[in-house]
Amino acid sequence: MSDPTPVLSLDGVSKRFGPVTVVDHVSVNLYPGKVTALLGENGAGKSTVIKMMCGVYQPDGGRILVDGKETVIPDTRTAEAHGIATIHQELNLAPNMSVAENVMLGRTPSAFGLVRRGELRRRAKQALDRIGLDVDLDRPVGTLGVARQQLVEIAKALAVDARILILDEPTAALTGREIRQLFDVVEELRAKGVAMAFISHHLEEIAEIGDTVTVLRDGRFVGEVPATTEQDELIRMMVGRDIEDQFPRHRSDPGEVLLKVDGLTAEGRFRDVSFEVRAGEVLGMAGLVGAGRTEVVRAIAGADDYEAGTVELLGRRLPKHRVTQAIARGIGHVPEDRKAEGLVLGGTVEENLGYATLWSTGHAGLADRRGQRRRADEVSKRLRVRLASLDQPVRDLSGGNQQKVVFGRWVQAHSRVLLLDEPTRGVDVGAKVEIYELINQVTDNGGAVVMVSSELPEVLGMSDRILVMSRGRVAGELPAEGATQDRVMALAVSAVEPGRATDLPQEGIITASGDDPAPPDRKAS
Amino acid sequence: MSTATATPATRTSPGRRLGQFALNNGALVGLLVLCLALFIATPRFLTIPNIINIGIQAAVVAILAFGMTFVIVTAGIDLSVGSVAALGAMVSAFMFSDIGLPGWLTLLIGLLVGLAAGAVSGLGIAYGKLPAFIGTLAMMSVARGLTLVVSDGTPLKTAPSVNAMGGDLAFLPVPILMMALAGVVCWFVLNRTILGRSMYAIGGNTEAARLSGLPVRKVLVAVYALSGLFAGLAGMVLAGRLSSAQPQAGVSYELDAIAACVIGGASLAGGSGRASGTLIGAILLAVIRNGLNILNVSSFWQQVVIGLVIALAVGFDVFRAKKTH
Repeated sequence: MSDPTPVLSLDGVSKRFGPVTVVDHVSVNLYPGKVTALLGENGAGKSTVIKMMCGVYQPDGGRILVDGKETVIPDTRTAEAHGIATIHQELNLAPNMSVAENVMLGRTPSAFGLVRRGELRRRAKQALDRIGLDVDLDRPVGTLGVARQQLVEIAKALAVDARILILDEPTAALTGREIRQLFDVVEELRAKGVAMAFISHHLEEIAEIGDTVTVLRDGRFVGEVPATTEQDELIRMMVGRDIEDQFPRHRSDPGEVLLKVDGLTAEGRFRDVSFEVRAGEVLGMAGLVGAGRTEVVRAIAGADDYEAGTVELLGRRLPKHRVTQAIARGIGHVPEDRKAEGLVLGGTVEENLGYATLWSTGHAGLADRRGQRRRADEVSKRLRVRLASLDQPVRDLSGGNQQKVVFGRWVQAHSRVLLLDEPTRGVDVGAKVEIYELINQVTDNGGAVVMVSSELPEVLGMSDRILVMSRGRVAGELPAEGATQDRVMALAVSAVEPGRATDLPQEGIITASGDDPAPPDRKAS
Repeated sequence: MSTATATPATRTSPGRRLGQFALNNGALVGLLVLCLALFIATPRFLTIPNIINIGIQAAVVAILAFGMTFVIVTAGIDLSVGSVAALGAMVSAFMFSDIGLPGWLTLLIGLLVGLAAGAVSGLGIAYGKLPAFIGTLAMMSVARGLTLVVSDGTPLKTAPSVNAMGGDLAFLPVPILMMALAGVVCWFVLNRTILGRSMYAIGGNTEAARLSGLPVRKVLVAVYALSGLFAGLAGMVLAGRLSSAQPQAGVSYELDAIAACVIGGASLAGGSGRASGTLIGAILLAVIRNGLNILNVSSFWQQVVIGLVIALAVGFDVFRAKKTH
């Protein structure tokens, strides 16, 4: 820590969009060989700050310093020339092109308009070696798992000899093991003196990987503190108040069985999955990405077909692959990807809240316009959706409020069994707690919840029982009381990783090939 | 000028609102500006007979475009409407002149043929998983072929009831009445029915609509059936004006219909589109043709102008979307 000169500094920068000041006098410093974490709720201005670093936005006030010299970064090309590389939240890969082509995308070596394939491969290999990623150069990138795609993205960024790497929520789509892999790469880059900015909603990750933390709130700079700062303190800085209880679950005695799944099987996705959920209960579903949790939940909701097994609701069988009937019988499904599957982004808040009740409340083919409006009004107030108007496009809401709208659709439809798939992904701390409160409301009113989550603290904190899936099968079930992250993880990897099998119960061991088996993950295909 | 600057605080607010309105209704503003320009160029443009003439000229494309609006709102496209209009008219004429059915019945048959053709496209698209472009391209060819088969390549006489569709009712031309009727039905379905509201959801995000329990496939069948029904009506109006069904009637009308929707603000990406916009789009096309005719511009150049107008309208929309974002 001896008198370091930052390679990149934002010195009191501001950014306005029209009359709104999004970033107000914020200072961030990136040091060689150090990871600076940017922390803040959604809408705190992190993305805007990052976009000023990589030349997408120009600050309206303040200075940008590269190696201590005041600099203007008018576009991303200039940023690249300064050695600034950015990895955005969404993957920017061409799935059908090879790994090598993707790494060199935009910098493809050529002669007379022809691609120099040898040179392309050589330089791609170099970039991949730099982060220690061993993959087939000719494999289409889309056939890799999400984590490896993320690493290819990093290799691509580093192929320009980046001295400064900006990582915008790189772990959002990854699971524990994959995050480890990513962090190993970050460690290596740190050792090589690369300066890094890191955005994440996960405080544990920040403590683990960060050196310093810059906290933003409402576009303002709150402070720069060491990454070893207590989590409670960081949350307080971030939200401006104390959050007493991150997981406010109140558990009660479960009632009758609402949902019974028996022997559910769909070849290649999941096999022989059975469980029950009772009224007033939250069943957490844990496991790695690709373990089949999303697929099971979708099958129950009627979104996908399955081959064998039964789903019963209050003792009556639910026909398979019939979303409309599942909803009519009281099932509500909050899908994994709210933008792609949950919302009509261009539709208004009222419309999005009302889709599940549009047909059931219609009279003689006419929409019940007044009723739909009244219900949407009630639900949005009850769920405390922060909006300017019910006629506002849902696109304009923040992530947390968008998720409340998807949730609210099922509240409006009086669904009794809610299937929640990663309900708090991309949602900030404050809104998370509100979503947990909604889960409590559902169970308090005699409903049941199945919650798929890749965040173990959330599964442990909010579930009553935890079902762990591995490779499409139920690996085990634990009561939430007394369950630990280690025990859940042990089950989650039980059939997948032979390397870790020594400390596991015998029956869980199935040999797996060492090479990352392209998981049955819909996103990867 | 000086009065406007004298009281800026009170004047800017309504002016701004007017500007905002203009920005949101680019096609309407374009139409008004065009009409004004044509009026200045030739006073003959704004005479009652000419306005009625424009209405009649706009009617067939407008009726097709109202049907097309349903399809485009659901992110689909219907290339078959011109051919389906011709088929409806031809079957109707055949039933009258070769079979000898009563006129009112042949009118009904013409509409039902359109409905059936649309429903078949819809079934292929919704249940057969055909892309809309392909499914309706196939129907375009099939319907045109059947038209030729039924007519044996020659025009057939239509029934008096059908011919009435091209005539006058009291003082008003029936094509304009039919255009108004189709417009009101289009507006009503889109805004007031669960079917219409579902169309916007499906066009905006099909998967989200499906997972919310909307009967996506049934809605799609209904959408193409409606488009076919509207095409059948357009075919009747077209035949009525000529008192006969022509085997080559309505060729490439589908493109005018699509253009009308797009000029009116519908996006081919789905989820947006309004009956009022489509009406403005159809009238704008008719006004351009009419005005250029009056000004003695060759029909070859008219095509160039119409192409530019389409590009301009959509370009303006994209610009506006960026601006408001």
